[in-house]
Amino acid sequence: MDQLLEKCTELLEDINFTAVRKWKESHSSGKAVAYFPVYAPTELIHAAGMLPVGLSGAGDRLDIQHADARFGSFICSIVKTTMEMGMTGHLQPFDAFLFSSICDSARNLCFVMKRNFPETYIDFIHLPQNPSSPASSHFLAEEYRRILGGLENLCGHKIEDGQIRDSISLYNRNRSLIREICLLRAREPHLIRAWESYLLVKAGNLLPVEEHIALLEDALTKLRARQSKKRDSIRVVVEGSFCEQPPLALLRLVEEAGCYVVADDFAIGQSWFESDVPTEGDPILALAESYNERSVYSSVRHDFRKPRWLALPEKVKATNADAVLFLIAKFCEPAYFDYVPFKQELERAGIPHLQVEFEEKLFTFDRIRMEVETFVESLVFD
Amino acid sequence: MAEKTEYRSSVHQSQKDLMLAWYEKLDRAANTGDPPTVSMMISGNCVELLEGFGAVPLYPEVNALQLAIRHQSLEPILAAEELGYAADNCAYVKADIGCMLKGITPTGGKLPIPTLILCNFVGCNTYLKWFEHTAKLTGAPLYVIDIPFMRTDEPMKADVEYVVRQLKETVQKLEQLIGRKFDYDRFRQAVECSSRTEDLWSQIKHLSRSRPSPFDAYFDAITLMGPLYVYRAKPEGVAFFEAALAEMKAKRDAGQGVYEKERFRLVMEGPPPYPYFRTFRDMFAKWQACAVASTYSTVGGLWEFGFRHDPDRPFESVALHMIEQNVTNRNYLQRYEQIRRYVDEWGADGIIIHFVKSCRLFSAGQGDMRDYFTKQLGIPTLYIESDLEDPRYFSEAQTRTRIDAFFESLEHSKATAAAQHWT
Ligand code: SF4
Ligand code: SF4
Repeated sequence: MDQLLEKCTELLEDINFTAVRKWKESHSSGKAVAYFPVYAPTELIHAAGMLPVGLSGAGDRLDIQHADARFGSFICSIVKTTMEMGMTGHLQPFDAFLFSSICDSARNLCFVMKRNFPETYIDFIHLPQNPSSPASSHFLAEEYRRILGGLENLCGHKIEDGQIRDSISLYNRNRSLIREICLLRAREPHLIRAWESYLLVKAGNLLPVEEHIALLEDALTKLRARQSKKRDSIRVVVEGSFCEQPPLALLRLVEEAGCYVVADDFAIGQSWFESDVPTEGDPILALAESYNERSVYSSVRHDFRKPRWLALPEKVKATNADAVLFLIAKFCEPAYFDYVPFKQELERAGIPHLQVEFEEKLFTFDRIRMEVETFVESLVFD
Repeated sequence: MAEKTEYRSSVHQSQKDLMLAWYEKLDRAANTGDPPTVSMMISGNCVELLEGFGAVPLYPEVNALQLAIRHQSLEPILAAEELGYAADNCAYVKADIGCMLKGITPTGGKLPIPTLILCNFVGCNTYLKWFEHTAKLTGAPLYVIDIPFMRTDEPMKADVEYVVRQLKETVQKLEQLIGRKFDYDRFRQAVECSSRTEDLWSQIKHLSRSRPSPFDAYFDAITLMGPLYVYRAKPEGVAFFEAALAEMKAKRDAGQGVYEKERFRLVMEGPPPYPYFRTFRDMFAKWQACAVASTYSTVGGLWEFGFRHDPDRPFESVALHMIEQNVTNRNYLQRYEQIRRYVDEWGADGIIIHFVKSCRLFSAGQGDMRDYFTKQLGIPTLYIESDLEDPRYFSEAQTRTRIDAFFESLEHSKATAAAQHWT
């Protein structure tokens, strides 16, 4: 297990994307397509024979020297470090970039990157915000077909429906394994730490899906055989880290301070659907419909058929959690906004919560540690 | 010489009257439930559709900016922060929510709970959150019109079809809520009115190509924006803009500018600092610097490049307006192009980029914008930071110093260029 985790850590910390470079070397004319969080239809990229890679900023591994001149104050770290990575050649292994309609900063980043890297194929996917319209899935299917056209241009051949269906099957398998890990963690949180599942799941941002499936299967076997002692911890749901990711050390800290993280939204894009995407019929329409009908609730997707602030307390109940921990990236506007109605509904349901703000570059966690410890104590001794 | 100027005229007075009449209607709606009201965002709004129901638009952004201009925005902002909103959330939203909590309105009259909260999701993701929250707070029904962002040079056929479908769903929804059939003829007439208003507005905007410009296309344009959003689709709107055009044409023909001598011509990017609107304006007046074009005045619609609503294709043209013909839903590089055209075609000496902390839609990436204009195109550009609603982010001394320095250097380079011209 330790080896597995070490491999994942190495993969995720490497801002030179060595693994991607190697993949490209071993696949003649292989192309890599990077996508900005939160969700992207990776199936389409995979079906084209290309490697989809989920971006997640550079954390504290890169100094911002150029990007500040492009994106000034009040902008989250992931936008800046992504720009910095681009300006310092770190993103050079990528042949294309996809962005989507998650927030204003990320959207503008897409077009600023277009100007700064005019040779690269950069596209923006308008993921719909009105799932209750019967026209929405059809629109998204057309949007996916447009993106598919862009990808076909890049790989130089047509992408057949059969290939997309095969990719959907693989990603269904991948998502169901991630769900299994989540379930295991919710049921027996002493068997797997949050930072461990974070690493295992997030490795899928960089690995070919076939390899990630193997890795997760291996991990699940090992985890189930684990002999870990139960800890004296409260059970928390983490909310608010759907895009920019908290530093690993922060996750460790949360657990050391006495929390079992029984559910979270880290790398939520990788387990975006609550059930399998159908593999029958028009695969593009299946992906589009799934976005409207099978997505998890999210701060970057409007769906008033069931407001997300009702979904959070349900998640707390379903995972038998004691509290919610909001881990919010500094300047992440969607997370800031949702905090208010989330908080109101939690309070209505009598569920305690704590808000913690983080940046990719956090040098000292002392204050946060104290806050979490105090919070845990207040619950334990209540 | 500190010159202070403001466009004061009969147009100014009738603008005030129109806006007051609008607030009175809203007050009546709050008291009696009639007329029906629909809240919407300014960006690419579809006010024409409302006319088909005789419904009145309610624009929370207009309320928020009115409040800020009257120096009343801080109290509601603080109330919203107490509720849990972050220091870095858009302050328009905070001011609006804070007002609801405290029962504050810009005129002191009442504001109704809208018959429908219609979120025209035109570019800004904050709109979604804002209207989700007001729906939660008021219990009013919410419908989102999802407008595909301009990610291609032209809107796709699927984009237009998708929006038309949603407009028709909105009509159905309103029929249920209001209990009246949609009056298609009235809708067509509204679209016809809009196309006439837009034509007049566009002519006004082209007047600022003259030297001197008869009006300031940032500060004065903002005065005209209220009627443009509320009355565009009504005969009153047409009449108002006819009068405005006539008045400004007369000024232009008489060679009258905003200042006795127009020294600098500018393109303004970004919303203004409403809490310090006068102070800010005076900083430019001091240098007799006139805005000849601005991106902010195209939030509600971009008409100076030729687009008009089309009564023969009412739904399609409303859809196109929402998708393509407003600065908010156009991508960042399209905004660069818009500014570049203003500089070239309106003959500007420089660009002012006003970064507002609240608004990532406008501001995220403005550093890159500055880089493009200064380094790639060699156009003098000033970058200043404050906020459009929150008075705590305006540093008067610093802003003044930077503006003064900019004009000093602009004057110097103009003088050098002139000298070179003569040698
Ligand atoms: S962290 Fe938040 S604000 Fe930043 S890009 Fe992601 S969603 Fe947008
Ligand atoms: S972020 Fe900008 S465009 Fe959006 S609501 Fe706020 S001020 Fe308006």
